[in-house]
Amino acid sequence: MIEIKDLHKSYKMGSNSLHVLKGINFKAEEGELVAIMGSSGSGKSTLLNILGMLDEADSGQYILDGVRIENLSETKAARYRNKFLGFVFQSFNLINYKTAMENVALPLYYQKVSRKEREAKALKYLDQVGLKEWAHHLPSELSGGQKQRVAIARAMAAEPKVLLADEPTGALDSTTSYEVMDLIQQINDRGNTILVVTHEEDIAHMCKRIIHLRDGVIVEDKKIKQVRASEYVQ
Amino acid sequence: MFSRDTWREIFTTLRKNKLRTFLSGFTVSLGILIFITLYGMGNGLINTFDKFFSQDATNVLYLFPGRTSMPYKGYKSNRTIEFENSDLEDIEKDFDMFVEHVSPIIRRSALVKYKQESNNYTTIGVDWGQQFAEKTIMMKGRYLNQRDIEEKTRNAVIGRLVEIDLFGSGNAIGEFIDLGGSVFKVIGVFQDEGGDNEERQIYIPYTTRQLIEKNTDKVQQIVVQFKPQLGYTGAMALERNLERFFKDKKFINPEDRNALFIRNVTDQLKQNQDFAGALQLIVTVVAFGTIIAGIIGISNIMVYVVKERTKEIGIRKAIGATPRNVISTILLESVFITTISGFTGMLIGIGLLRSLGDNLSEDYFITNPYISTGVAVFATVVLIVFGGIAGYVPARRAARIKPIVALRDE
Ligand SMILES: Nc1ncnc2c1ncn2[C@@H]1O[C@H](COP(=O)(O)OP(=O)(O)O)[C@@H](O)[C@H]1O
Ligand SMILES: [Mg+2]
Repeated sequence: MIEIKDLHKSYKMGSNSLHVLKGINFKAEEGELVAIMGSSGSGKSTLLNILGMLDEADSGQYILDGVRIENLSETKAARYRNKFLGFVFQSFNLINYKTAMENVALPLYYQKVSRKEREAKALKYLDQVGLKEWAHHLPSELSGGQKQRVAIARAMAAEPKVLLADEPTGALDSTTSYEVMDLIQQINDRGNTILVVTHEEDIAHMCKRIIHLRDGVIVEDKKIKQVRASEYVQ
Repeated sequence: MFSRDTWREIFTTLRKNKLRTFLSGFTVSLGILIFITLYGMGNGLINTFDKFFSQDATNVLYLFPGRTSMPYKGYKSNRTIEFENSDLEDIEKDFDMFVEHVSPIIRRSALVKYKQESNNYTTIGVDWGQQFAEKTIMMKGRYLNQRDIEEKTRNAVIGRLVEIDLFGSGNAIGEFIDLGGSVFKVIGVFQDEGGDNEERQIYIPYTTRQLIEKNTDKVQQIVVQFKPQLGYTGAMALERNLERFFKDKKFINPEDRNALFIRNVTDQLKQNQDFAGALQLIVTVVAFGTIIAGIIGISNIMVYVVKERTKEIGIRKAIGATPRNVISTILLESVFITTISGFTGMLIGIGLLRSLGDNLSEDYFITNPYISTGVAVFATVVLIVFGGIAGYVPARRAARIKPIVALRDE
């Protein structure tokens, strides 16, 4: 599903440049649930942004679902993001003047799905994250966990092939974190490929595979036995 | 790009960001409102001007005698120049081609009495044709006619206010008044656009006036009504020829500037029109300055809006908005606001000018302030179009923002 070869990325800051990714090789099959770990500043977000076409690598190959991703125009990148990828961010990134339902429906608006269908789908996904009753509330009226669940519903609404989550539990307490991970596991159970950036061990162990980044390279890549988050959720 | 869905999305965004929508809409409305009011007031000023200077006929030259200031052909300086009846005939004969009518004027103040009422008025001895030079409008009765002049009748035409002064609510026509010791019959009452003073005058045949004054043949002034076809240059030429003719006839030094005065209404009219034109130009420049200020206002708002929405734009881009989506959303929003509020401001402005009407004409010299719908719509459309262009620059910059930059946590 995802394949990267010898990926390099550095940030130029004035005269010196910071080499963040120094040759990443990585492959994820369909239906995998991968945790990307590493200390703060190790380049986890950078890697995820490149995978999400929010940023470009300096060199290396990136193949998503058999399509080589390179030299994309802005418009094309937007189309791919819309069609292939769903994002979940640490800070939720909901549009504050839109209701939960409108937020979830927004990716479908850019897919030119009709209004009726958009609303029906948005409600369906809100239902899946257990927030159907909150459909007409604004983000400011929701708790952190609820916001993140709306964000997950939004990411899923466009039915992407890959879900990319950058520290989705970073801003949440542990109980809420497990609820969110439970949701992510359920989505993965339905066959979706998911990459989760985290620096928390317990969150990482709720995935099926852990990758360790250090000094711009992958230093460890292991399959693990998944801990079900539902065990911790009443 | 213009699907119903797009509009719904824009509408929702505007409705949910009421303050922002209100502020930018308000700026635009105010800009147009000021433009319309200013432009309308300018037109009102020009209207006052026109009214002021177009109350008399414009194809008229006034000749006033003066005093010589130079000796000439054996005549001493400081000699009083006078016109007489023969001068009228000479003009009619020598300038027949150019002249429609020549009329003398003899002004005298006189005590006028009717029964118990009496008052001082200016009586003006005129020829029957003077009605057209002054654009005198008869309210009732008639003006002096040729027979009155030839037979030196004691008929008088009085102003509207003279009738009110002396006759109250009664009818003056056919009544006899004592005019400086002579009895005259009132044959007509006139009104005049020129104001109160002109409506307190009394016209009598100049021949009668001359008869009363020991059958003199002197006249005070000469009013020459020339053919309108002469135009501006023709009128100026006629003025020069008349001056030469009279300086020659009355032995005045051609260089003498005090012996003979000619007031040329056409010349004044042209100067006034030039002045009014300059006024109009200034008003237009100021008004369009307002529009430009409005455009600058809109672009500032757009820059602010885009900055404020950077994060939102980043989110939209991350979930699949193309640069084109972003630009069209921002542009359509701004054009939508400018259009609605622009035309609202326009309608309010036009309404304001209408309601002002003539209320300002007494104190502020603004008569019937007015803007043509064409100019109003044009200005509004200019604001919308340039507002759109001004919005395009920040919109395009917004579309270029990288989502990661926009989404970076502060
Ligand atoms: N846009 C940027 N410009 C310059 N330096 C950056 C930028 N983004 C990230 N970095 C730097 O790159 C390094 C890796 O960042 P990041 O991928 O966010 O790390 P992580 O998500 O693992 O904490 C950090 O040292 C960070 O300061
Ligand atoms: Mg990070």
